[in-house]
Amino acid sequence: MIVYGVALLSACLILGMLIGEVLGIALAVEANVGGVGIAMLFLVLTSNSDKFKALVEGASGMGIQFWSAMYIPIVVAMAARQNVVAAFEGGMLAVVAGVAAVVVSFALVPVISKIGRSDIGTEENQ
Amino acid sequence: MEILETVFVRNSLIVAFAVVGVTIWISYFVAHKLTNGRIHGSAIAIALGLIAAYFGGKATGGSTGVADITLLGGIGLMGGGMMRDFAIVATAFGVKLGELKKAGIAGVISIFAGVIVSFIVGAVVAILYGHTDPVAVTTIGAGAVTYIVGPVTGSALGASSDIIALSVAAGLIKSILVMIGTPMVAKAIGLNNPQSAMVFGGLMGTTSGVAAGLAATDPKLVPYGAMTATFYTGVGCLLGPSILFIIVNALL
Repeated sequence: MIVYGVALLSACLILGMLIGEVLGIALAVEANVGGVGIAMLFLVLTSNSDKFKALVEGASGMGIQFWSAMYIPIVVAMAARQNVVAAFEGGMLAVVAGVAAVVVSFALVPVISKIGRSDIGTEENQ
Repeated sequence: MEILETVFVRNSLIVAFAVVGVTIWISYFVAHKLTNGRIHGSAIAIALGLIAAYFGGKATGGSTGVADITLLGGIGLMGGGMMRDFAIVATAFGVKLGELKKAGIAGVISIFAGVIVSFIVGAVVAILYGHTDPVAVTTIGAGAVTYIVGPVTGSALGASSDIIALSVAAGLIKSILVMIGTPMVAKAIGLNNPQSAMVFGGLMGTTSGVAAGLAATDPKLVPYGAMTATFYTGVGCLLGPSILFIIVNALL
């Protein structure tokens, strides 16, 4: 049943969000800490486990794959509802701060990726 | 006209599916025919979305882009946080645990490095533009982290509303630039495997930016980047009004 997969996906998201909210309160932060990431971990764990096979294989799995495939259209809709006008009305300071943060962060990607690679050794042939 | 409006408003989400579908069809057509596949179709679709959001915002004066246009209200629901998070989690289906473990430490480092580096850059720019009040500098720095961390930090510190608006604007610029810039720099920064995607997500942090940027680069990388990115805003909200403000306050 397709809905089993959709229900599993929903349960993962709700559980992850709940944990994220609790983490936020525990850390005295006004935000959900990693809710989506935790939900993703749940989905990875259940889809790699034998116990949940009935919920992730066959038609049930298609219920999850459908939403995975809807990801890009949803992102396009997300782009279309951004407050782009406000972004540019912030003036030069906002533009410079935003652009500089992105440029520096881009530059750090290869640096920190390298840290990761030396940590796990050279088992992979690059 | 009235009939059209009634039907469109009553079925807003369905209208959004159709409009987004047509937009993506056009984008992929353009990507194949005009750029010979050099630019990814989804990158064009996202750029079209942002352009439409600009004109939608200009036309209506609202804050949610084309979703403020009555006939396109469903875009707001389709592209809202609930659907976005649901679809992001779904992309984790089929991810192997081993891939996540491989980038574990680098992923965690990248989250903290990303928050701190973006904060410093934002704070320095604020100082260069003549801000000397530690609360203002911290709030603008936090805005360069994400457009959520900015206002959370600003209201915790009691920053004025124009400074908070400035921090949101800085965060929005960052998010938009990550959406558009990622496919352009992907090759140069080695963004072609799950490990570097996790580091990328942790460094950039803006969930919308990472989500769209990776989708336009290689959809297979999305779950890895999104996984670390979703921790970023929480860490930012944690560090901004506390340690980072204390440091700024001590230095200025």
